[in-house]
Amino acid sequence: MLVHLQGPWTPLFGRLTLSQVPYDNPVIIGAFLFAALAALVLVGSVTYTGNWRYLWREWLTTVDHKKIGVMYIIIGLVMLFRGFIDAVLIRTQQVMAVGPESAGHLGAVHGFMPPYHFDQVYSAHGAIMLLFAVTPVLVGLMNIIVPLQIGARDMAYPYLNAVGLWLTAVGAGLVMLSLFLGDFSHAGWVGLTPLTELPYSPGVGVDYWIWSIQISSIGTTLGAINLIATIVKMRAPGMTWMRLPVFTWTTMATNIIALTAFPVLGATLALLSLDRYLGTHFFTAGMGGNLMLYTDLFWVWGHPEVYFLVLPAFGILSEIIPTFSEKPLFGYTAMVLASLVIAGASWTVWLHHFFTMGAGPLVNTYFSIATMLVGIPTGVKMFNWAFTMYRARIRFDTPMLWAIGALFLLLIGGLTGMMLAVPAIDFQVHNSVFVIAHFHSMVLLIAFAIMGAVSYWFPKVFGFRLDERLGRRVFWYWVAGSIMVFIPMYTLGFMGMTRRLDYVAHPSWMPLIIAEEVGIGLYWIALYYQAKQFYVSIRDRRRYRVNVDPWRTTRSLEWMTHSPVPFYNFAVTPVIHARDEWAWRKEQGFTSLRPERYQDIHMPKNTAVPVIIGALSFILGFGMVWRIWWLALFGLGGIVVTLILRSCNQDTDYVIPAADVERMERRGSFVSVVPGTTRSPGDGAAPEGPFHPTGQET
Amino acid sequence: MALAKTKIAGLDSDALWDRGYHPDGTLSSGTTTLWDDSHHEHDTISTRTFGFWLYMLSDAMILAAMFTAFAVLSHNYAGGPTAADIMHPRFAFQETLLIFSSVLAVGLSMSALKHGNRAGLIGGIAVAFAIGVVFLGMEFREFSGLITHGITPERSAFLSAYFAMVMAHSLHLIFGLLWMGVMVVQILRQGFTDKVIYRLLNLKIFWQFQAVIWVCVFTFIYL
Repeated sequence: MLVHLQGPWTPLFGRLTLSQVPYDNPVIIGAFLFAALAALVLVGSVTYTGNWRYLWREWLTTVDHKKIGVMYIIIGLVMLFRGFIDAVLIRTQQVMAVGPESAGHLGAVHGFMPPYHFDQVYSAHGAIMLLFAVTPVLVGLMNIIVPLQIGARDMAYPYLNAVGLWLTAVGAGLVMLSLFLGDFSHAGWVGLTPLTELPYSPGVGVDYWIWSIQISSIGTTLGAINLIATIVKMRAPGMTWMRLPVFTWTTMATNIIALTAFPVLGATLALLSLDRYLGTHFFTAGMGGNLMLYTDLFWVWGHPEVYFLVLPAFGILSEIIPTFSEKPLFGYTAMVLASLVIAGASWTVWLHHFFTMGAGPLVNTYFSIATMLVGIPTGVKMFNWAFTMYRARIRFDTPMLWAIGALFLLLIGGLTGMMLAVPAIDFQVHNSVFVIAHFHSMVLLIAFAIMGAVSYWFPKVFGFRLDERLGRRVFWYWVAGSIMVFIPMYTLGFMGMTRRLDYVAHPSWMPLIIAEEVGIGLYWIALYYQAKQFYVSIRDRRRYRVNVDPWRTTRSLEWMTHSPVPFYNFAVTPVIHARDEWAWRKEQGFTSLRPERYQDIHMPKNTAVPVIIGALSFILGFGMVWRIWWLALFGLGGIVVTLILRSCNQDTDYVIPAADVERMERRGSFVSVVPGTTRSPGDGAAPEGPFHPTGQET
Repeated sequence: MALAKTKIAGLDSDALWDRGYHPDGTLSSGTTTLWDDSHHEHDTISTRTFGFWLYMLSDAMILAAMFTAFAVLSHNYAGGPTAADIMHPRFAFQETLLIFSSVLAVGLSMSALKHGNRAGLIGGIAVAFAIGVVFLGMEFREFSGLITHGITPERSAFLSAYFAMVMAHSLHLIFGLLWMGVMVVQILRQGFTDKVIYRLLNLKIFWQFQAVIWVCVFTFIYL
């Protein structure tokens, strides 16, 4: 039943041969040297400081939602860098390959990348940015913030949470590996059929794309189950539905999308895998296969996916804007309803991604109108944020700058989206870089919200602030870079430039393409200041130390516990009285965090099982990509055995006695005392000296 | 729920009332409940079964996507055998009866669980397991018969979708059988702990769901 492959295959190594290492490509060798150097520095510094044990016990095996969230965000930021480098390569190729006179280097006729390599770069850019950069960062933020905002000790299923993290890490790892061993997909991040079918993509590139997305999407689905159950089941007493912070509401809406949409992606990729591995005919060009079936199924996931990304961003804006406007959010109920309506509408618009495919005027009309209707709840949100800022005492701290920048991007991206929702316009600009500029405006909105969220919640998670001055610089260079890249891109789209060009035939487009390259330079400067901001803030962390409530005008529950947050979140579960509980307590003068009595706290134990499942999933994915059947079978069998053994383990929880809780609260240093988890060596994250467990007002 | 009363730091009730603070009516005689120290445990069983319902929803979406694929491809025979050539509704009806009785056995074992009857519980699961194995044996016979006649998934898009759909269901059943085996071991070794009970309840949901899916397979594919 297995398909016949082109090229060699051995039972022991599958399709893996030494010639699959692209040692003859200087671009990849450079990337490899950089990655190897970075890994060496990382491994070396952990070994030098003797922190392996700490890393394993406190981070890799943790089930603490905050640490898991931080690791999600680190994966996301590393992949964001990788995706940015891909963007740099794309832009540089285009600026070097304008007109027939342009020179060719490194085996390319024009520019420095031959088409097959260029195709892999833009495919990787799309897949990485959406699925391995933005998604992990957002999931990480939801992980950290939601349990705090609802007054819970942890997620509903802490162990499942760690499994989700490691599956995401495996997906990212497979994408990175494809750079140095074999190819990545050259068929775009959407993987158009029948191009992704075996006859047209005989290499391992598409298999890397399939398995990295398949494995990480299982992680995202598990995460969605976890977050929904957490919000439904784990709320503190008094935290009624209409008192939930808006970020928690958008998390709810977005994970309903994830829970229902990601399985469709999994099924679609599974059918494509059957085509590629067993020779079935779901999406093939002959034998009854239907390639439009793939396009429909993919976008039935793909469109909800983009709303899955944008809704948490809306939630972040709804937290940042009231804080720095020093006012409650305007139109809370409308905001909640709008989030749910956007989530529902995400299922009704997928065909607008292929208006030109000939579905007929009636179908196009329906999807056109449905797409325009999405503008209504989004507009409601826009006006709510505007009214929140109206006549407010706005403070322009870094998070607020990012939030306001995101609003401008939402305006530009939203209005161009409304243009594209009209099929008549869509036919004109279809497949042009106008579309690319539109969805980059939207995804940049998400990126801006993410940058705002990182600077907003960083002091809560780590106990010290990021440097403000450098943060503002990062913001302004991002803004300048975004303008320089995307305004010319909109223009080029109107001038007829199509997407994914490795060679630009019109020399008259040269000035605008150079302008885009200048924009990329501005992003580099932003990146430099970002690195500097992290470096300076961590180096001088004592100077940036903050107390419970660093922004002073915060409103929701996560600011009502220590910074950094103790591993048990709240010493005693708070009782909720108002929609913005912390703001209410500050108004009433109830800012003391010291309850009359402490209680025993039940906590889940750390476990190595999720890491082991991650490692086995990596083996499974690697075995499937290279068709090393015994290895894949080993990975799969290992996962099943591990799950069964874990389910037989009854010793998964422990209790912190009330006296210990009280002692930690008084000392202000929080280390788990369960045997098997060592205390962390002084990394400077825990506050020192006498600790005042009260808010700012005392 | 027993909620502890905590004194408001540094303020007495009259001062608060005088200053106009009447939050939510919770403020009474100088105390308001700020912290919940009632030591409530989260209900493990209800949290876990709720999560499993969510998982079943995601599984239903996977199968919905596959049914969609089948619906689109159901007449793409590519010159090969048609549905009427290869499907035997009467045979599939026997399978339907089998899977229903397996679900019935699991249901009876759950009522034994309710009465704390360990032998009845394990007996019910054993019967359900045996019927499940017979069901899979029938499917194996059906498929091996098709394949020996050269009717394989590679022949046409219709056959691809047919095999994939039924195989997806069989994979679920194999997973369920494995689960039953593990549960019997856990009942014998651990007794009726919270974790064992929620796993049994989830197993029941899972097994009934497979019967529902089979009904869809039977009506949309075999009939």
